[in-house]
Amino acid sequence: MAITFQPSAYSGLVDQENGMVSREIFVNSDIYAEEQERIFTRAWLFVGHESQVEKPGDFFVSSMGEESVILCRDREGEIHVFLNSCMHRGMKVCRYDEGNTPIFTCPYHGWSFATDGALVGVPFYKDAYHEELDKSQWSLIRVPRMINYKGGIWASWDPNAPDFLEYIGGFKTYLDILFDGWDGSEGGTELIGGIEKWMVPSNWKFPAENFIGDRYHNISHRSVDLVGIGPSGQGRRDNREREGAKSLDVSFPERGHGTVMFLRPEDAQPVESYQNDPVVAEYFYQCEIARKERQGQLWRILAGPGTIFPNMSFLPRQPRSIAVWHPRGPDQTEVWRWFLVDKTAPPEVKEFLRQYYIRYSGPAGLTEQDDMENWNYAHSASRGAMARRHHYNYQMGMGYAVTDFEDGGLKLDGTVLDTTKARAGEQNQRGFYSRWREFMAARDWDELATWRKGGSAC
Amino acid sequence: MAVANDPLAMLLLKQDVEAFLYHEANLLDDRRYEEWLELLTDDVRYWVPMRRNVKFGELEREFTREGQDINWFDEGKVTLTQRVRQILTGVHWAEEPLSRISHLVTNVEILDADPTPAEAGQVSLRCRFIIYRNRVETETDILVGRREDTLRRVDGDWRIAQRQVFLDQNVLLAKNLTFFF
Repeated sequence: MAITFQPSAYSGLVDQENGMVSREIFVNSDIYAEEQERIFTRAWLFVGHESQVEKPGDFFVSSMGEESVILCRDREGEIHVFLNSCMHRGMKVCRYDEGNTPIFTCPYHGWSFATDGALVGVPFYKDAYHEELDKSQWSLIRVPRMINYKGGIWASWDPNAPDFLEYIGGFKTYLDILFDGWDGSEGGTELIGGIEKWMVPSNWKFPAENFIGDRYHNISHRSVDLVGIGPSGQGRRDNREREGAKSLDVSFPERGHGTVMFLRPEDAQPVESYQNDPVVAEYFYQCEIARKERQGQLWRILAGPGTIFPNMSFLPRQPRSIAVWHPRGPDQTEVWRWFLVDKTAPPEVKEFLRQYYIRYSGPAGLTEQDDMENWNYAHSASRGAMARRHHYNYQMGMGYAVTDFEDGGLKLDGTVLDTTKARAGEQNQRGFYSRWREFMAARDWDELATWRKGGSAC
Repeated sequence: MAVANDPLAMLLLKQDVEAFLYHEANLLDDRRYEEWLELLTDDVRYWVPMRRNVKFGELEREFTREGQDINWFDEGKVTLTQRVRQILTGVHWAEEPLSRISHLVTNVEILDADPTPAEAGQVSLRCRFIIYRNRVETETDILVGRREDTLRRVDGDWRIAQRQVFLDQNVLLAKNLTFFF
C-alpha cells in the first residue's frame, strides 16, 4: 500500500483518541526523510557542553539530526555552531572529534575558515578569482539560534523558533535538576572526559520514548537487578530515598517533553544513599540537606529519566548523563552519551561515580545492554508488510491524568499521571507522539507554538 | 630483563604464553565464563578505552584515559564477575540466546619477561585479535584491535593481571559489548 504523507495523514498515524501509533512512523523511509525536514530543522537540539570548548579555538564536532556541525569558541571567546561543510564543494572542513585550532582548512581545495566562520583563505584568489569573489558572502553556515543554558549548548536551525526557555516551558524544573549541583547550586555540574558513541539498529524514537518514562520495562533489566550494580550494592539504582514517595509521570504534551519522578512525602527527611562508600554517602547526604534548605518543597522531587523533544534524553540522578539519539536512517540510531558530575565534589566522589556510570551505561553497561537488544528487535520485527498494518498500543493509564496536580502545597506544571499504585503509564509517550504529529503537520512556528493560543494545532 | 640473550628460553616462553592465550580464548568461546574468571588475578585491571579522531601531532589524546575518563571498560574483578553473573542469570536479553563467538588471537609478541625468560614470573605481551560475534539469526559483529596483557604466575600457573584493549573503531559499530576481549 503506497501512502502519500500529506499533513492530514499524520493524524491517522498517531491516533491520540484511541492511544495507538502506526508502526509506519518508525520504519517508513519517506516519513523518516520528512522528519529530517520538519523536526530536525525546526526543534532545539542538544549540541554539547560548554566545557568542551573552554578556550578560544577549542572545537567539538557534533551532530544536528543527520548533519555534522562544529561547536567552537572563536578568538573573542564567543561560542558558535556551524554546518561542517565547505561552502565551495561541501567537503567536511573538520574530521576530528575535538581539538583546538586557529582555522578550519578544507582538505579538498583549501578554503579556510576562521573560528568565527569567516572565509579567510581562498587559494588562487588573485589569479583564478581575479579578486572578485566576495568572501564575506561565503562564511560557514551558522546555526542561527544557539543558547548556553547552565553549560548545556543547544541550537536550532529555525530563526523563528521560540526562545529556548519558552521551548522548554515548565519542563525547566527537571532540566535544572540535571544541570544544577546536587546541593542545588546553579549550574554546578561539569563533564567527565570521553563521549560514548555507538550505533543501535533501531529507529531514533524507540530510545526517545523509552527514556521519556517507560516504567513498564523493568523486566528488561531483571538480570542487572539480580546482580546488583547500584551505588549501595543492590539493584541498579538506590531505592531507599523513594520510600513513601509518590510515583508521578509528568508530561508537557504541547511541547513533547516528559519525565518520570518520585515525589517524597511532605515530612520526608534526607536518607542515606550511595552506601558502598562512606565518603560518597556522606557527600550526597550533605548535598541533600543543603538542597532541601535551598529548594524547600521542590527538594521533594526525586527526578528520573526524561526526554526533551525530539531526541535529547537524560538521567538526572543515577547515573547522571545526557543521551542524544542522532537519526541515521529509519533503521539506525547513533547514540552519543555525555556524563555529568558536581564540579565541587571531592575526587573520591567523582571517581566513584565514574565507575558507576561506566558499569551502568552504554554498550558495555550492564543495564543498557538489554535496552539495545529490545529496541533492535522491536524495530526489526515491525518492518514487515503485515506487521506495519498493526498499530502499537499506548493505552496504559489513558484518562487518569490531571492538569492541576497538587500535593501538600506543592503544585506541579504539566499533565501528571499518578502511577504510585499503577506502577506504570504511557501518557508521556502519548504526549511525545502527539507533539511529533504536530511537528510533522505544522507549517511553521506560528502553528507550532500552540501554548501561545492556549490550544492545539491539530 | 634479558629477552635477546636467551633465544631458546624465549621460544619456550612464547610457546607457553601462546598456549595460555589460546586456552583462555577457548574458555570464552566455549562459554565457560566462571572458569575464565579463575584465570584473572584478584587485582586484575581491565581497560578498554574509547578512541578519538585527533590531529596529527596530538595522538597522545587519541585514547580516553584509564582511571580518569569514561571508557568502554575500566574495572577490576568485581565488575567483571558481575558481568559473568549477569550472563548466567539466563535473563540477560542481550546474551539470551547466547551469541556465537570466536576469538582469533594472533601476532603474539613478548615485550618483557621478569626476571628472565627462563624463570619468568611475569610477562608483558602484545597481540592482535579478531572477535567474530554472530547472534540470533543474521546479526554479525567483527571487532579487531590490539591487546596488551600482563601475565603473572600464581602458584605455577599463568594468570591475567592486566589487559588493555585498543579497538580499531571510533563510533562503536556494535550495539553492545556483552562479551570479553
